[in-house]
Amino acid sequence: MKKLHVSTTVNGQPCEYLCEPGQVLSDILRNELDLTGTKEGCTTGDCGACSVMLDGALVCSCLVLAAEAEGKDIETVEGVARDGKLHPVQQKLLEHAGLQCGVCTPGIVVAAKALLEKNPDPSEEETRYWLAGNLCRCTGYDKIIRAVMDAGATMRGE
Amino acid sequence: MTSDMKVKTKFRHVGTSPIRPDGLDKVTGRAKYGADLNLQGQVYGHIVRSPHAHARIKSIDFSEALKLPGVLATMSAEDLPEPGEALIPGAEIEMKLKNVSPVIMARDKVLYHSQAVAAIAATTPRIAAEAAKLVKVEYEVLPHVLDMHAAMAEDAPLLHEDNFTVGVDPAPEKPSNIAQHIVMPKGDVEAGFAEADLIIERTVHVPMCHQAYIEPHACVAKSDENGKIDLWCTTQGPFMVRLLTAEITGIPQKDIKVTASEIGGGFGGKTTVYIEPVAVVLAKKAGRPVKIVMSREEVFRASGPVSDAETRVKIGAKKDGTLTAIKSEMLMDTGAYSASAMFAGVLFGTAPYKCDNILSVGSEILTNKPRVWAYRAPGAPQALTAVECVINELAWELGIDPVDFRLQNAVEKDDIPLYGMPFQAVGLKECLQAVKDHPNYQAKLGENQGRGVACAFWINAGMQSSASIHVTPDGGLSVMTGSPDIGGSRASMALMAAEVLGVPFETVRPAVVDTESIGYCDGTGGSRTTLATGGAVIQAAEKLVEELRKRAAASWQVEIEDVVWMDGKAVERCGVGIDELIEGSSPVKDGAKVLTLAELAAAAGHTGGPLTAVASLHAHNAAPAFAVNVCDVEVDPETGKVDVLRFTCAQDAGKAIHPAYVEGQMQGGAVQGIGWALNEEYLFDDQGVLDNAGFLDYRIPVASDLPMIDTIIIEVPNEMHPYGVRGVGEVPICPPMPAVVCAVNQAAGTRLYDLPMSPPKLLAAIDGEA
Repeated sequence: MKKLHVSTTVNGQPCEYLCEPGQVLSDILRNELDLTGTKEGCTTGDCGACSVMLDGALVCSCLVLAAEAEGKDIETVEGVARDGKLHPVQQKLLEHAGLQCGVCTPGIVVAAKALLEKNPDPSEEETRYWLAGNLCRCTGYDKIIRAVMDAGATMRGE
Repeated sequence: MTSDMKVKTKFRHVGTSPIRPDGLDKVTGRAKYGADLNLQGQVYGHIVRSPHAHARIKSIDFSEALKLPGVLATMSAEDLPEPGEALIPGAEIEMKLKNVSPVIMARDKVLYHSQAVAAIAATTPRIAAEAAKLVKVEYEVLPHVLDMHAAMAEDAPLLHEDNFTVGVDPAPEKPSNIAQHIVMPKGDVEAGFAEADLIIERTVHVPMCHQAYIEPHACVAKSDENGKIDLWCTTQGPFMVRLLTAEITGIPQKDIKVTASEIGGGFGGKTTVYIEPVAVVLAKKAGRPVKIVMSREEVFRASGPVSDAETRVKIGAKKDGTLTAIKSEMLMDTGAYSASAMFAGVLFGTAPYKCDNILSVGSEILTNKPRVWAYRAPGAPQALTAVECVINELAWELGIDPVDFRLQNAVEKDDIPLYGMPFQAVGLKECLQAVKDHPNYQAKLGENQGRGVACAFWINAGMQSSASIHVTPDGGLSVMTGSPDIGGSRASMALMAAEVLGVPFETVRPAVVDTESIGYCDGTGGSRTTLATGGAVIQAAEKLVEELRKRAAASWQVEIEDVVWMDGKAVERCGVGIDELIEGSSPVKDGAKVLTLAELAAAAGHTGGPLTAVASLHAHNAAPAFAVNVCDVEVDPETGKVDVLRFTCAQDAGKAIHPAYVEGQMQGGAVQGIGWALNEEYLFDDQGVLDNAGFLDYRIPVASDLPMIDTIIIEVPNEMHPYGVRGVGEVPICPPMPAVVCAVNQAAGTRLYDLPMSPPKLLAAIDGEA
């Protein structure tokens, strides 16, 4: 099968890849671009472990065809910490012990950062509903929710 | 260790919650999980699975598959040694190879839908999947049986012609689908019921569910020209993978190196193998590294789910609340091969209660469903749920507060549970008192709201562990173990090493290393890692302290007794009493000679060579854990939907090494139990095909389903452990199910004991009772 040539931006840098027409973005990120921070827990869009930003929209990269990313801007978990500094969501997840096995954590980081950019002061309920698409089997979510709300407070300068 | 050992109670590091050492890699996406490794020259394995729940395999024809360009190797049970009757030597739990090997590759018969029958290795995942479809397997379809009661019928289809029920006297003459039977009596249960003023008897059904770890099983196997195997995989136990892979493939353990990746959840589900031996065989045959990653659907259909159980419990009590007799009869589904935790259910279901008359009986039933496997406190949640539901009804009927009723009957030191080992100090009553004193227990309940209380027990394991510590020339500490870090155990290891050595937490770099780089370690399971592997770390650190004192003594030309180790330094006693130096913030007496860890490390080359210490142990000092949950719910009488309003967990940790991660275990276990009570269940069609093999239809709790989970850590030290540790990982899943069930039944005015309490079922119960 002839592969398609795709030009994108990944974490701020121009990036080109070849993909099969049926190949999904999470596969390309992980297995062609070696960005394995994006996890695959289901490949059916149910677990959220593969969450990335695509032109500013939060998506499950297992539900996006790699070819669809042509000309688009992709941000993965690897691009969240900048200049050797963690994003407040990452820092607060660590401080609140908001991860156990850590496999859902990259998706939570990407999704929570997206939430706080959209809504800098989310209520607990808003945080819970925003993250309802990110499954975590270890933590019971308590410490994740606290960490994300605390990260919001930090970003607001509180 | 003896029970009169001194348990340390004053700590500098233990009991704090620093950021875990592996945290940075996990929040930035750098941590490498099972599917994150790709090797040069790697090809891909794909497993062919049975479309039938019960069938004889007549032939397997790979000829069409082999014609597809890119296909490099094929495999079936023909490539594996014939498994015998013998128990696998050295396995953590008793198991026969003949019950394990066919789960990796079916032999002669398939006994459940999606059982592995063959495998393909090809240059791309797509080619491997296409080739798998071209493998022609000829089956003779046999009648199947899915229900435990149907499986026990005289004329039921027989899964194993050679299964004669174990534990029945006299031994049965005919084979059946009952794998094992156990009877555990204590006292005279009929006499106990005769003394009772009130007897309640209920049958409680807990469904088959799945551990639902977010990371699917994944591995990469490499075989070199000498037949040495290098295996990377996600697992709770790399040494277990080495053993089982060796037993299943016939390759000696000494030729297999296993490296555990970071692990994306396990909960018991990753204490066995599914794909690793397949990848090894394919890698040998293809001459290329082989990667296999299970799809989510495969994980649901063909890994080891969790036994459904039906338990009939009858409990008698006097008017004053004294329990007089408990009778529990459990049927536990093991799926296609004997592997269930029925014994644990029978032994531990009544453990929270003082009662002179107990009869606990269990039968393990074979059905044409996937072979079950461990899930957090295996066997106990099903049994305890049944007992706790009846205890709650007794409390209601007797008009006694459910916490007070339990306080009256709760076990304490010196009580002897059904399994026979007298309790040392246990914290059940402390947990009960703590939830009673918690503000959540005083919160007023509104209309359609209810409150459930439950307590629970889990035995906790010890088993074998190893640790080694190396000192860098500038005084850093590398602490290595073979216990995969599934929920923050590197942090606990570092805290315990820092505690013994008196150095800052950040000085310690804990690592989980491969099976050739450390002594044997049993897996991360049984709530054992902090206790046993932590115990090995403590011992190794103590040996290192001894060596450091020896080096300092030699350089000062004094006796080792004249050197104490404090605050990460060797200090010459200099006439000061040892008690003045130890335990204090400790001003060192003027003139006392001091050598820091860094100074001793820098000089190591001249004082006897590198500073290292190793410890291996078989921990016999595990102590049981108790926990109590209180759950408040609101039921929507129109739809049957349940909302959890408040949830309170109290648990005796013995000593919480890293309290934030202990709370995490409590919260995570609580939510798994909530899911099992309200949503989660395996739904099979009449052909034995799982109808909900994905996260959309097998719905685990999500963030918006839940409130915060409030935790209370109780610390009644384990008298046999130097720091008082008990183990915390498993007991949290035991009390939430009955707490939820009782809360829902109180709120809805129902007596529904058929779990999960999904909206349609609850609505039917409400309508039926109305």
